[in-house]
Amino acid sequence: MVNLRIDNIPVSAPEGTTILEAARSVNIEIPSLCYLKDINEIAACRICCVEVSGHDRLVPSCDNVVAEGMEVFTNSPKVREARRANLRLLLSHHDVSCTNCTRSGNCTLQSLANDFNMRGIHYPKQLHNDRIDITAPLIRENSKCVMCMRCIQICDKVQSVNIWDLLGTGSWAMVDVSRNRRIQDTECTYCGQCITHCPTAALRERDDTGRVYDAIDDRDTVTVVQVAPAVRSAWAERYGLDPEFATPKRMAAALRRIGFDYVFDTNFTADLTIMEEGSEFIERFTHRDQHSWPMFTSCCPGWVRFLKSQYPELTDSLSTAKSPQQMFGALAKSYFAEKIGVDPHKIFVVSVMPCVSKKSECALPTMNDACGDPDVDVVITTRELNIMMRANHINPVFLPEEEFDSPLGTGTGAAVIFGATGGVMDAALRSAYYLITGKNPDPDAFKSVRGMDGWKESIFEIPGAGEVHVAVASGLGNARKLIQAIRRGEVRYDFVEIMACPGGCAGGGGQPIVDGCELADERGRVLWKLDVRDKLRFSHENPDVLALYKEYLTAPLGEKSHHLLHTDHHGWDMPTIVKN
Amino acid sequence: MSRLDIMTPSRSQTVIEGLYRDVERRIASSPPGLCPVDLALSSLRLCHAQTCGKCVPCRIGLGQLAALLEQVLNGEATMETLAIIERTARVIYNSADCAIGRDAARLVSDGLAGFRDDYEEHILHHRCLGGMQNPVPCVALCPAGVDIPGYVALVKNRRYADAVRLIRKDNPFPSACAYICEHPCEARCRRRMIDDAVNIRGLKRYAVDHSGDVPNPSNALPTGKTVAVIGGGPGGLSAAYYLSLMGHRVTVFEQRSKLGGMLRYGIPSYRFPREILDKEIESILSTGIEVRTGITIGSDISFDELKNKYDALYIAIGAHTDKKTGIEGENSEGVMSAVEMLRAIGDDNLPDFTGKEIVVIGGGNVAMDVCRSSVRLGAKKVSCVYRRRQADMTALPEEVEGAIAEGVELVTLAAPVRIEADENGRAAALWAQPQIIGNIDAAGRPRPEKAARGEIRIPADIIIVAIGQGIETHGFEQSKISIKRGTFIAETSGQIGDMDGVFAGGDCVTGPATVIRAIAAGKVAAANIDEYLGFHHEISVDVAIPDPQLTNNPPHGRINTTERQACERKNDFTCIECGMTEEEAAAESSRCLRCDHFGYGIFRGGRKSTW
Repeated sequence: MVNLRIDNIPVSAPEGTTILEAARSVNIEIPSLCYLKDINEIAACRICCVEVSGHDRLVPSCDNVVAEGMEVFTNSPKVREARRANLRLLLSHHDVSCTNCTRSGNCTLQSLANDFNMRGIHYPKQLHNDRIDITAPLIRENSKCVMCMRCIQICDKVQSVNIWDLLGTGSWAMVDVSRNRRIQDTECTYCGQCITHCPTAALRERDDTGRVYDAIDDRDTVTVVQVAPAVRSAWAERYGLDPEFATPKRMAAALRRIGFDYVFDTNFTADLTIMEEGSEFIERFTHRDQHSWPMFTSCCPGWVRFLKSQYPELTDSLSTAKSPQQMFGALAKSYFAEKIGVDPHKIFVVSVMPCVSKKSECALPTMNDACGDPDVDVVITTRELNIMMRANHINPVFLPEEEFDSPLGTGTGAAVIFGATGGVMDAALRSAYYLITGKNPDPDAFKSVRGMDGWKESIFEIPGAGEVHVAVASGLGNARKLIQAIRRGEVRYDFVEIMACPGGCAGGGGQPIVDGCELADERGRVLWKLDVRDKLRFSHENPDVLALYKEYLTAPLGEKSHHLLHTDHHGWDMPTIVKN
Repeated sequence: MSRLDIMTPSRSQTVIEGLYRDVERRIASSPPGLCPVDLALSSLRLCHAQTCGKCVPCRIGLGQLAALLEQVLNGEATMETLAIIERTARVIYNSADCAIGRDAARLVSDGLAGFRDDYEEHILHHRCLGGMQNPVPCVALCPAGVDIPGYVALVKNRRYADAVRLIRKDNPFPSACAYICEHPCEARCRRRMIDDAVNIRGLKRYAVDHSGDVPNPSNALPTGKTVAVIGGGPGGLSAAYYLSLMGHRVTVFEQRSKLGGMLRYGIPSYRFPREILDKEIESILSTGIEVRTGITIGSDISFDELKNKYDALYIAIGAHTDKKTGIEGENSEGVMSAVEMLRAIGDDNLPDFTGKEIVVIGGGNVAMDVCRSSVRLGAKKVSCVYRRRQADMTALPEEVEGAIAEGVELVTLAAPVRIEADENGRAAALWAQPQIIGNIDAAGRPRPEKAARGEIRIPADIIIVAIGQGIETHGFEQSKISIKRGTFIAETSGQIGDMDGVFAGGDCVTGPATVIRAIAAGKVAAANIDEYLGFHHEISVDVAIPDPQLTNNPPHGRINTTERQACERKNDFTCIECGMTEEEAAAESSRCLRCDHFGYGIFRGGRKSTW
């Protein structure tokens, strides 16, 4: 342990601790902006500078470690002067249009400016010329960028996709798409981790709420909304409500208040995914030699984009099952349209997703199997849902619990866990076990695939089928490591679940942003709790899914399923990596 | 008021003079990769501030040029703007009254010609082609990319053996480079912004002198692949070392009787002691490299034979033939080439120059090596004859100064015209035509021109020609290997065009260059040969680099290494340079600003731990 004094308070911290973390350990909050623990400790913004006795110049506390006998002052006149001046400099390069900014109220720069009582301006405005491209699902606005470099670091270190870079040098240096490309021309997975780690609104998703309003307002259109499992773990976060109160049923009520005609649940098609993907796995498993191994899950569009661009030769290893969102869209405009006797062209399907990549998935040219229109019309993120709730002055505190509509609104505990890393694998194993043995396993038998480790592996014995080697990875950097290990022959798996975002969809790029906090674990726990409490914990026991097979699809992997619920991953192109 | 006053600088003038010096040092330590348009604009603004205000083109034109460049950077310009910039610069050049305007405009025109693509990228895509690809200046400028801040920090922490291990990750010749590297790493050392570059080579020398024996890492599992390396100089041995670490079976073929190439047959031992060279080579060979000396390709074994026998080939034969002056009398007895002389010394056949007058033709480092060796061989007088001025010599200034201190006479601005021989055909004198320095050529060097004076006679017993070396391509020409203008043509990967599995690098590709460039070429070849053989062995080292410590970094003089007194050192071939003392190494290593951590380095590119 190293002993030092911070603001005259004795502190003892393990060797190698940064001054900033040592201060936080005794509740001395050194303000920071660019700092992101373990990911971005580069001392760029200089807001976290402190004074260290014996040193003339200020010392950034995020990338300098404690030393024995060090004397640190976090709020001396010199520190205050520098902090305020550097903030003013940042503001002179920032398009301070907080009133119409998506991050207003949740912006680290704004709160620092408020904290430091930034009234005078002092410096002339010098904004970079912005050329905003609003066609891509992911939008960058240079004049909002504080050049903290977090997006670059998240994409490089966590996702290993290297989409962002600091381009140019000197006064015109800026963060932009690496190698001077347009985002559409890159292998960007649209995972959105850069957005959720951006302290300002320099990065955001395309705002699609306008199209949702247009559909709701059109009397001839039947609006159908589906909500992804992970959304329910975060939808009321900004209201500070206990998840015990902010239940999925209250969320259903909120969606109904917004004006959707039918409030459905992606959990329904998550269960259906298990039936299709589980059956596909058993089919492959029992015809081993006809397939390449392992089989990868396909529900995460960020992952699919990653695989198709980074390892295109592995595309056939993806399950052909569509993602739950796309299965839902396809059924809404076929099965459901028939059921209510409405022309499917009049149905407008909206997805609420914890995800930015889903915006690109629904626009794929292959995702129009039901009636020729896109199966899903619009995807909004959990954040956009929150924006719509606020615009419609819906406060969940005052909402009753309401049921989802039927029949696409029923889901089991096995579906709700799709939102957490390991959940798809867990649910798939539960049903695969049943499909092979005819008996339900203990629903908690596959527990070892759960949890926040970036790369987990297990071997399960299924009577009659033998050993099944499975692995679960979340975060694309982990996915890359896993694939490399497979290629080097270091590991061998039968079935692999991969989610692009660390911790799975609960930590998705479309989820609410709490700067500096990784909430995937906490949100995931909400989902696992919902699973435990559900009466039904097996996808193959979802009564509406069973009815769907009986009335419409006949059987998993049947002809109708093939048409509506499976896809050809070769049906569209991803920009592939161009090596330098 | 007095009729005349003695000029005394005002306080502001004194400060400005200081600022100029600061700016000079700052420009000298400009990091690589900067936006060229931004730099052009900044220089232009400085130029504009120098305008007196009298003439239109300079007073207004330079300001408008700056505004146009700013439009380019702001992404507000069109291709039409580029044409206006071009025209304006041309007009200022043609019509400015003095150099302030004229050369400011030239700076813009040269930039437009030199990095037009960057202008266009700004205009068409609002982006820049510049960028900090390698933000640590010393590492960026080291051809082998040695982790310099890393080993400087290790020296500071007295971990000398670790420093050597770290250097060997990228360069298996730490000792050779500690003694004789031209240290391109120091050129843009950021410390120059404060005072002066860190004495990097001096610190490396301290590390190698105090590391003791440092074993090499163990080899990877044998791959069963064989590689022949032709040439046992620094480049060939570097490739051999890394390939051996990667688990390949390497055989080095060397024409001479001993390994070392120019390290032995070019560089005199007073600069790099032989016993240290031998130890370094021994260490490299200890990785299990097979050596066959005295083998000439073409006569002892054909290239095609080697090509059939080995899975891959690396040609690193260096540049060991001499260039002739072509002047009359060059074939006289007593005229020899630098290569011949240094080679004899390398093989321990020291010629006796006692009491002789030696004339050396040339102004490069080799010429200095020859001059200084001649002094040590007992010469009565050594004259170095060079066409241009002392300042234009390509030899390092310290080499020239060292030679002068040892009594070498420089005869500059003298172009050799013929060698006078006595009745026995022995060289008796060199005749030279005095020169006058003339216009500066495209490469930035002034051209010597014939002066209106008569020839001079420089008496000589021995004349040594040191005007450059060529490459011995004989023995390779029969096999369809691509050789152009006497050099092997290889890609930046080392790969020779369409010849599968044949790589080349070092002096035989670039022409005579430096040891570190040959080492770097060997490293590059090793990596690409490994890939070619179907592997991807990574070279890394498990040395933890000490964290930087906070320091106030007050300006501090650079610690230079010293040399033995000229009167003493000129009598022997033992090392002339004195290493740093422990105290000096501690102080000098503390001057490192740790660009691997501070500035861009902490963000990215600060350290490349594997290759």
